[in-house]
Amino acid sequence: MPFKRYVEIGRIALVNYGKDYGKLVVIVDVIDQNRALVDAPDMVRGQMNFKRLTLTDIKIDIKRVPNKKTLIAALEAADVKNKWESSSWGRKLIVQKKRASLNDFDRFKIMLAKIKKAGVVRQELAKLKKETTA
Amino acid sequence: MSYKFHQFQVVGRGLPTESDEHPKIYRMKLWATNEVRAKSKFWYFLRKLKKVKKSNGQMLAINEIFEKNPTTIKNYGIWLRYQSRTGYHNMYKEYRDTTLNGGIEQMYTEMASRHRVRHHCIQVIKTATIPAKLCKRESTKQFHNSKIKFPLVFKKVRLPTRKLKTTYKASRPNLFV
Repeated sequence: MPFKRYVEIGRIALVNYGKDYGKLVVIVDVIDQNRALVDAPDMVRGQMNFKRLTLTDIKIDIKRVPNKKTLIAALEAADVKNKWESSSWGRKLIVQKKRASLNDFDRFKIMLAKIKKAGVVRQELAKLKKETTA
Repeated sequence: MSYKFHQFQVVGRGLPTESDEHPKIYRMKLWATNEVRAKSKFWYFLRKLKKVKKSNGQMLAINEIFEKNPTTIKNYGIWLRYQSRTGYHNMYKEYRDTTLNGGIEQMYTEMASRHRVRHHCIQVIKTATIPAKLCKRESTKQFHNSKIKFPLVFKKVRLPTRKLKTTYKASRPNLFV
């Protein structure tokens, strides 16, 4: 199985541990075998261990260590936010976040919606069963 | 990022006497874990260079030196003198890091692991920020590539917080990237 996601300048990664958990960051330079210089529009450029990063499929086109303005422009040009939120990984994370932030009334509404959906599915199933037996 | 070794600028001189009203002032840049140790190290080194001791000298200033650009990567060359089991040796080591304190800390940990030298047996002679062309070690030169690209070969599965850690898991982890 060849590798598809490489650590390279411009690779978007997700932080999976620590203070910036859940953030999307850009790998802006590689310090050494274990650490990368990492940047995001809302954080100070800093170093991060690769163990704290999970690489994504998204890569943007930047030179080594761009300044903040160039970085933000490149992120806009590559439309990273939309690409991420429309990818299946990104969508799953959004759903997880939504589920974690529900209040009791939302959970009640979800319960009703689930019951309704199950009722509709069962009706269709009953129709199909009738057709096959008949 | 909290570093164990901080860089201090220590300034001191011998006490003024009748024969020498204005003794020369000496300044050193040192690495120590705290200010007290830095002052002590200052007198240790100064004693070896000049005829002055802490008891007949005075400390004029001690300031911590912070990194000016902690957001850029630099190649640090460190010259050191260390004591091994058989004698004293000089060494030159290179590190890639964002701050000098980080490079020094890398040096101390590497000396401890590779040569079993404890930190009190190491004296830093000189440090310098080396431009990429003048680096000598292959292990730092291999990162001087503007189109650097490599895969992460082994993904360690780790929980986002230690609170969620469990001893037993339902399924085996997927270690591929």
